[in-house]
Amino acid sequence: MAAMGEEGERSELEEASNLFTPLLLTTDENFAPGHRACIGCGEALAVRHVCKALGTNVIVVNATGCIEIFSSLLPQTSWRMPWIHTLFENVGAVVSGVEAAYKAQIRKGKIPDRGVKFVGIAGDGGTTDIGLQALSGALERGHNILYCCFDNEAYMNTGIQRSSSTPYGAWTTTAPVGKRSIGQMTWKKNMPEIVVAHRIPYVATACPSYPLDLMEKVQKGLETEGPAYLHILSVCPTGWRSAPEETIEIGRLAVETGVFPLYEVIHGDYRLSVDFPVLRPVKDYLRRQGRFRHLTEKDIDRIQARVEEDYAKLREKAGAN
Amino acid sequence: MTKGRIVGLEGSFAIAEAVRMANADVISAYPITPQTHIVERLAEMIADGELDAEFICVESEHSAMSACVGASAAGARVFTCSAGQGLELMHEVLYIPASMRLPVVAVAANRALSGPLSVWCDHSDVMALRDIGWIQIFAENNQQAFDLTVCAYRMAEDQDVLFPAMVHIDGFYLSHVIEDMELPDEADVAGFIPDYEHPFALDPEKPVSMGCYAPPFIYLEAKMAQEVAFEAAKPKIMEVWKAFGETFGRSYEPVETYRMEDAHTALLTMGSISESAMLAIDELRSEGKEVGLIRLRLWRPFPFPEFRAAVKNLDCLVVLDRALSYGMGGPVCGEVKAALYDKRKDLSIVSFIAGIGGRDVTLDEFKYMVNRGEEKARMVALGEVLEPEIIGVRE
Repeated sequence: MAAMGEEGERSELEEASNLFTPLLLTTDENFAPGHRACIGCGEALAVRHVCKALGTNVIVVNATGCIEIFSSLLPQTSWRMPWIHTLFENVGAVVSGVEAAYKAQIRKGKIPDRGVKFVGIAGDGGTTDIGLQALSGALERGHNILYCCFDNEAYMNTGIQRSSSTPYGAWTTTAPVGKRSIGQMTWKKNMPEIVVAHRIPYVATACPSYPLDLMEKVQKGLETEGPAYLHILSVCPTGWRSAPEETIEIGRLAVETGVFPLYEVIHGDYRLSVDFPVLRPVKDYLRRQGRFRHLTEKDIDRIQARVEEDYAKLREKAGAN
Repeated sequence: MTKGRIVGLEGSFAIAEAVRMANADVISAYPITPQTHIVERLAEMIADGELDAEFICVESEHSAMSACVGASAAGARVFTCSAGQGLELMHEVLYIPASMRLPVVAVAANRALSGPLSVWCDHSDVMALRDIGWIQIFAENNQQAFDLTVCAYRMAEDQDVLFPAMVHIDGFYLSHVIEDMELPDEADVAGFIPDYEHPFALDPEKPVSMGCYAPPFIYLEAKMAQEVAFEAAKPKIMEVWKAFGETFGRSYEPVETYRMEDAHTALLTMGSISESAMLAIDELRSEGKEVGLIRLRLWRPFPFPEFRAAVKNLDCLVVLDRALSYGMGGPVCGEVKAALYDKRKDLSIVSFIAGIGGRDVTLDEFKYMVNRGEEKARMVALGEVLEPEIIGVRE
């Protein structure tokens, strides 16, 4: 557990480590450049990191959404491993089928066992809303899969409509700000907790602003026997109305303010990947994003209180003091 | 030609036997009446070690077909079955294996659609699946249910076909009825449908991207290629039926007829109701009427030339629809008229709707349809426009 300095100040050691450790990573790009993601897309960056960690001995099953659209426009593809997209809400089921097909065919001697892994990827809509049922089924049945949710907190591909993963107070096109609305009036669905309730062996949150942590968690997920789930915060400059060059910074702020804590749940044991005795004020995170610009001090206080409450609960589960 | 043993089997169990002999790798299904006996029997076979397959007990029909798509894309031989509402829920997914050229095999135990809720048989669910791009075949009895399921694997997996195939059996009439039938030897069935390899299966050794996003400049070409390949599947379908006949002694045709010699009037049916219709045709023949029966076995791709040949000498065609397209009439009748419009404008086609929601169609009702159909045909010939008639409605 890496302790941060007072007020979330980053130590010299951490800055140096951030600068030099990426040099130790593979230069292989299993997610090819030339795709059509928006400038500053946190999700494209996260996919790139995830694919570095996955290697190529995997089969990727993708839901409809931003990733699928920007990576697979015919006649081109960014995927250097076998990849399949079918529909929006069924990644949990399709990846179950792929895994079962390998299991059966290997057992029956039809194909050799080359240790292929199976990965489902979807956005927050494809995971927390329309794909929740198929995902729950896959987790409950215990397939040997890794599922990655790339959470950009709304239906960005269709034009920034709210999902159940959109945070309280955020503007979206279907949760607009008006005389009687501050935008999203409900609190973000806690998807990792829903997954934890399935009692699968590995659940973690991650963010591409912490690439080494993200890649380590992908590897842990792949090595897990049974279902593993990764919830990855993906900053979306287009939908969040933020500066494209601030994507990494905003991801860090989400973590440092406690809005999106990084943690793992390994066989039910919670571990904070990075802990903050003192959280930065959520205002530091919110003020970088146009989707929150309409919020009053009172609204922000409300969010602050909720974040602190949730973070305290999480620390308690992780046994942090 | 091989000889099997005569057994008494429920239609559902006959289908389970076909899937077992096909040595399916992955079965994914969700329970719905009247399909349940098929999956229960398959689950038993797996539990007893009679079939080595992964059974994915999914949480919905949508996921059942999705898992089949994933498994088929990974090269496995797969099976699922559903009915009524279940087919409606998986509807969105059904287009996927057709456009991705995945040889998924499924059985539909045909059932009415809500509401009001009905678990009983009609063809409303089939008619909602007309445009999914699957090979679709109708069985009339348990022997055919077995034979056509076996054939479906060989058709779907032919390297020049690679399309999904669906066998339609009438819910309860076949799924829950025990009939005597000839069960072929397992080795003969295995020989008829050998292991296959999908040319583009998901494999890290040969990475492919499946299900990409198509902008307008390429979508149309993709759909055109699908249509051309689907039309080209028909001769292969017929080859499989010919080979099946040579191996097992039972032959099937895209359009099958009964007592059509010198017939001026014919009844058109699909599915189990055809066997009752044959009895009515026998009675009408004994009364001296020149009437026969046409049964559509291959529903998709639609057998245009065979169908036109079957109606060649007719004056009157009576179409029995087991479904209702609200505000339009009988869907099969509409298709049949479209198939004949350019060729047989002189043929009077009369539409009846019967057997909805499990309502039995009696011998008298079949006879009524033929007689009343001929009467209506004369009125049509005189230029009258007649509405489709629904049979057996209680006043």
